[in-house]
Amino acid sequence: MWGFLKRPVVVTADINLSLVALTGMGLLSRLWRLTYPRAVVFDEVYYGQYISFYMKQIFFLDDSGPPFGHMVLALGGYLGGFDGNFLWNRIGAEYSSNVPVWSLRLLPALAGALSVPMAYQIVLELHFSHCAAMGAALLTLIENALITQSRLMLLESVLIFFNLLAVLSYLKFFNCQKHSPFSLSWWFWLTLTGVACSCAVGIKYMGVFTYVLVLGVAAVHAWHLIGDQTLSNVCVFCHLLARAVALLVIPVVLYLLFFYVHLILVFRSGPHDQIMSSAFQASLEGGLARITQGQPLEVAFGSQVTLRNVFGKPVPCWLHSHQDTYPMIYENGRGSSHQQQVTCYPFKDVNNWWIVKDPRRHQLVVSSPPRPVRHGDMVQLVHGMTTRSLNTHDVAAPLSPHSQEVSCYIDYNISMPAQNLWRLEIVNRGSDTDVWKTILSEVRFVHVNTSAVLKLSGAHLPDWGYRQLEIVGEKLSRGYHGSTVWNVEEHRYGASQEQRERERELHSPAQVDVTRNLSFMARFSELQWRMLALRSDDSEHKYSSSPLEWVTLDTNIAYWLHPRTSAQIHLLGNIVIWVSGSLALAIYALLSLWYLLRRRRNVHDLPQDAWLRWVLAGALCAGGWAVNYLPFFLMEKTLFLYHYLPALTFQILLLPVVLQHISDHLCRSQLQRSVFSALVVAWYSSACHVSNTLRPLTYGDKSLSPHELKALRWKDSWDILIRKH
Amino acid sequence: MPPATGGGLAESELRPRRGRCGPQAARAAGRDVAAEAVARSPKRPAWGSRRFEAAGWWALLALVTLLSFATRFHRLDEPPHICWDETHFGKMGSYYINRTFFFDVHPPLGKMLIGLAGYLSGYDGTFLFQKPGDKYEHHSYMGMRGFCAFLGSWLVPFAYLTVLDLSKSLSAALLTAALLTFDTGCLTLSQYILLDPILMFFIMAAMLSMVKYNSCADRPFSAPWWFWLSLTGVSLAGALGVKFVGLFIILQVGLNTIADLWYLFGDLSLSLVTVGKHLTARVLCLIVLPLALYTATFAVHFMVLSKSGPGDGFFSSAFQARLSGNNLHNASIPEHLAYGSVITVKNLRMAIGYLHSHRHLYPEGIGARQQQVTTYLHKDYNNLWIIKKHNTNSDPLDPSFPVEFVRHGDIIRLEHKETSRNLHSHYHEAPMTRKHYQVTGYGINGTGDSNDFWRIEVVNRKFGNRIKVLRSRIRFIHLVTGCVLGSSGKVLPKWGWEQLEVTCTPYLKETLNSIWNVEDHINPKLPNISLDVLQPSFPEILLESHMVMIRGNSGLKPKDNEFTSKPWHWPINYQGLRFSGVNDTDFRVYLLGNPVVWWLNLLSIALYLLSGSIIAVAMQRGARLPAEVAGLSQVLLRGGGQVLLGWTLHYFPFFLMGRVLYFHHYFPAMLFSSMLTGILWDTLLRLCAWGLASWPLARGIHVAGILSLLLGTAYSFYLFHPLAYGMVGPLAQDPQSPMAGLRWLDSWDF
Repeated sequence: MWGFLKRPVVVTADINLSLVALTGMGLLSRLWRLTYPRAVVFDEVYYGQYISFYMKQIFFLDDSGPPFGHMVLALGGYLGGFDGNFLWNRIGAEYSSNVPVWSLRLLPALAGALSVPMAYQIVLELHFSHCAAMGAALLTLIENALITQSRLMLLESVLIFFNLLAVLSYLKFFNCQKHSPFSLSWWFWLTLTGVACSCAVGIKYMGVFTYVLVLGVAAVHAWHLIGDQTLSNVCVFCHLLARAVALLVIPVVLYLLFFYVHLILVFRSGPHDQIMSSAFQASLEGGLARITQGQPLEVAFGSQVTLRNVFGKPVPCWLHSHQDTYPMIYENGRGSSHQQQVTCYPFKDVNNWWIVKDPRRHQLVVSSPPRPVRHGDMVQLVHGMTTRSLNTHDVAAPLSPHSQEVSCYIDYNISMPAQNLWRLEIVNRGSDTDVWKTILSEVRFVHVNTSAVLKLSGAHLPDWGYRQLEIVGEKLSRGYHGSTVWNVEEHRYGASQEQRERERELHSPAQVDVTRNLSFMARFSELQWRMLALRSDDSEHKYSSSPLEWVTLDTNIAYWLHPRTSAQIHLLGNIVIWVSGSLALAIYALLSLWYLLRRRRNVHDLPQDAWLRWVLAGALCAGGWAVNYLPFFLMEKTLFLYHYLPALTFQILLLPVVLQHISDHLCRSQLQRSVFSALVVAWYSSACHVSNTLRPLTYGDKSLSPHELKALRWKDSWDILIRKH
Repeated sequence: MPPATGGGLAESELRPRRGRCGPQAARAAGRDVAAEAVARSPKRPAWGSRRFEAAGWWALLALVTLLSFATRFHRLDEPPHICWDETHFGKMGSYYINRTFFFDVHPPLGKMLIGLAGYLSGYDGTFLFQKPGDKYEHHSYMGMRGFCAFLGSWLVPFAYLTVLDLSKSLSAALLTAALLTFDTGCLTLSQYILLDPILMFFIMAAMLSMVKYNSCADRPFSAPWWFWLSLTGVSLAGALGVKFVGLFIILQVGLNTIADLWYLFGDLSLSLVTVGKHLTARVLCLIVLPLALYTATFAVHFMVLSKSGPGDGFFSSAFQARLSGNNLHNASIPEHLAYGSVITVKNLRMAIGYLHSHRHLYPEGIGARQQQVTTYLHKDYNNLWIIKKHNTNSDPLDPSFPVEFVRHGDIIRLEHKETSRNLHSHYHEAPMTRKHYQVTGYGINGTGDSNDFWRIEVVNRKFGNRIKVLRSRIRFIHLVTGCVLGSSGKVLPKWGWEQLEVTCTPYLKETLNSIWNVEDHINPKLPNISLDVLQPSFPEILLESHMVMIRGNSGLKPKDNEFTSKPWHWPINYQGLRFSGVNDTDFRVYLLGNPVVWWLNLLSIALYLLSGSIIAVAMQRGARLPAEVAGLSQVLLRGGGQVLLGWTLHYFPFFLMGRVLYFHHYFPAMLFSSMLTGILWDTLLRLCAWGLASWPLARGIHVAGILSLLLGTAYSFYLFHPLAYGMVGPLAQDPQSPMAGLRWLDSWDF
């Protein structure tokens, strides 16, 4: 117990100086003059908006990825004391003095810098030589595209950092597995793998690819573990359970946590509210919540309501009507009923108010006590400002001739009777209650006479309908579709008997009591669903590219141009590294195929441990490249060169592995080996040279003459900006 | 192969009986322990009883086939009007009979066969097939329906034989056959003039012959081996020739072949030459043969369809020149473009049309108020443009000037012939695509400004620097802004007469929207040549028709506010398709799987995954299984695995597809799923019986289980048969209806 008194306390530190040096160089290359240029560069304009939203705690919706990535960037802003007051509207705009550029760019830059020593460690953990590990780190260090991407307020470098961290910690864990399972470090690395995976997914959905890779490798290893008959059943079960918890449960929990924090941080209503459902909007501070706060919960006969379409495409809108009628004859010669138009209108308006009327009574006010409307009840919907009731009949709709026209009924006395009875169907009614609730209930209106369903067709009416959206009665309604479902957004109990009085009432804002809150899971699932379903139709961009162009670096992206001189920043890779990375991959694939075929015929070229090393390195590095690259061929969204960077990182890791393998196993004599090493050194110096030549485009610190710029345009497809004088 | 305990004896006993490829029931081919289970059945039949058994075997097969034919041909003539997609495929059959050219997104074989069946059965191709519900009246339609039903009937015996071969168990095969025979969905889909019965016929034929040739593996290069191998190839060509969905079965056969070759390659007793022979045989039968057949169907397709028809506009100008009746057929025009030529310019993307202008101006507030330039799909005088040098305005048709050809890279002006305005662009945003520049007609009598100058570039420059009519693909690059003339394909509002928008795009991307070719060409100073010289060769036609088909397929996008069928709806039988009739007075046919069969299939997949992984883990843990269980689990893992792979390949790719999907796309997968159900329940019941009880009782459990499943499916078919054979009367919502109790899901509307 008193042992420490008897012996001196000794701390021995093992410092790998090359690791320290690599980290230092990484920091230097990524952090040097970080605040330059003091202007918005490329996608900073995009991420910047979201940082501002975080700083002002305003709700937003972004379909590019889960919120963790934005939160990491916002953390930089928070540490720098950013108040969010900057108008992110134009690439190249000068930052005002309140924007802490250095701290905003710091975290991505740190992530980029730390990728360098991590590359070293990964190759080392794959049991390749120190030399190969240094090679991997040095290649990562001088890769121009990685430098550019990490020095700006962008997310790819953070994503790459977590990708590498996931792979590294899995390897550490796997190496612990052999000698000390269930030790402290074993648990630490296993948990870190799960954490890193979920962080990668949390930054961009692309992180899923690396997650799947790690899961796949872990599954194969677990399968071997099951086959290991020296272990007892209980022991195997414990192993599997630990892996399942660390690699499946922890990531899911963390992913939910990101959203939880996100929703706590951004609680105020903002510009993207409209996309969300009314219930979600009501849970935000300000905005709709201010209006709906204190509304009566249960819709009763006599209630005044606005009805919002649940689907909300092409734009969120409310059921609307106005004085104008459908034109007698449409342009294509078809006739209409010439009754009052019913449309869907994307703005708040007094004409969006409808009164829920009991068909058996005449009054338009809520009786006391209120009689709530239930699932299956017959209702009439009376338009508040014109007191005409919602009607549909067997007349073709203006733009969707297969559906019925919906109108507000005017009696022209031409033997066309009113058909204004609708049956209310509550789609999401609970088992216990079938009362129509404000905001929460999603309802369908089924026409009693024709069983047509009230639907938003999505088409814009021509000028006679003021380009509002068309409402139709869908006769052949098949299954559930959001465009046939509505919910009450604003609601109050009508009290005025007279039309004049009622109009005044409609113009006044809604009031009364009761607050409602959605549970976190409901908010999470809605937000996640909307993020995945949101599609931006803007599919064209000057610098978009196709995956095939990435491998050979046939494209670049101009990130920034100095307002006066021709100093500029490009996302442009080191062509030597890109080409040799692809070559190494091809060599790896061919060699593996060769070895596999030979092994199948019982010819073992490699000793078993070298073979296992080769396979594991390939599974992680070549596999990492494949999972991060090939899925892009299936994607329909706009793609950019920077989407290739995670795949490139894995390719860079593979390069020294292949080189060492060639030197160890394919060079037969010492002489060959020396010649090969010399070639490798020459090749690396050429990579350094290229990196140095492209440096002005990477850092943008030097203004080159048009002549020099032209000389840098090594490929015709590279778009380097040359000022015309 | 897992360590088979106590299997040594059985193995050696089996050896002489291996390798029979004929359809004997007690056959124990295959290299797996599966055979043991059968071999261990207590009474090894003697020679006399073997003959008896063979007769029983044939009788069962005949019964299954007969039942399948009977159900498919029962009330085939009803309803005597067009149902659902018959309107398309019947029409296309008529096109073959009339030899008019048409366009469809599927390869031609299926429709050709329908046409052939119609032709042979005396249908004359005069029925219009306008819309579902039209009465056939005196037209003969039974030949075409009968042909589809004939092919559809073969699905059941094929599945029966496949399962028999995979599981070596009659009861599994019978169960599968019953599931498919009594499935209302398969039945409905086989009874009409559709591509699906033909497609499924080829898919199942390929699966069956692949399984058969696998079981001949121990006698390579024997006659049955060659027979089944080449039959696999033929069926693959058939499947791909009907629909591109055939690719999935090709993938399955490909995977099976790779695994097979890998196994052979690892067999050190085989020399490399032998392995090479195996490889060559497979390349010949599974790659070369199907490709040749597939190409041949296209050759026949193009030979038969020689007259101009509704499909012309989808194809390039050069292609149209082959069709008699098309205005490009037998036409003769000058070959190379020269200054002064009057031309029409067609966009290469399908359904965009010709570059067009007219005397109307862009309305106030939309770019500059200059003359509109659009694309227009029909032939019109306003499509004519004169090609002129950018710097001179002299008339190049003046006979005193020598002919000067237009070359790649020349700076030109395009003058609209009717209005004498130049094609013009400038830094104003285009009317619909805001990121592009507006294109207008500008200038008076051909005098404009420097914004009228365009550089003409040839994209496919293998023909040299001159510009050829029809063959050269050209781009127009605006000299001042550097943008490319293209059409966005968006429809202009009423002020633009609903023609398509033309823009100048600043993004220099290789898309067909910005590539054009010259179609009509008038120049009196040049000699005319016959267009026959320009006719594309067969490989070019083949390539082009595939490009058009692929584009057509991906162009079938669902609209936002429409209800569309999602892949996850299908296995749970969420919603069917109305084949005929809507109201209660109509004769209604509703394509919906028999819910009992489908939900059983769904349950079986889950059960299979569960039991399969339990067995796999147990084996990996080195558990010593009794020989009986080991044999059964081999059947489950190998046979079941193959069928499960088929289901996966025919189902999951649909999740990645962007095009409009329909319920009937699931049916090939459903066939595989039913086979899995047969194998799974038979094996599970055997395992249960083995685990629970002594031998005679065990047999009883097994028989009782299989019988109850058979009777259950038959009874459910009795309940649901009106869906397929048609029903009249009130809808199922109505409690009066005889179907009232059967609307188990709200989403079914029959």
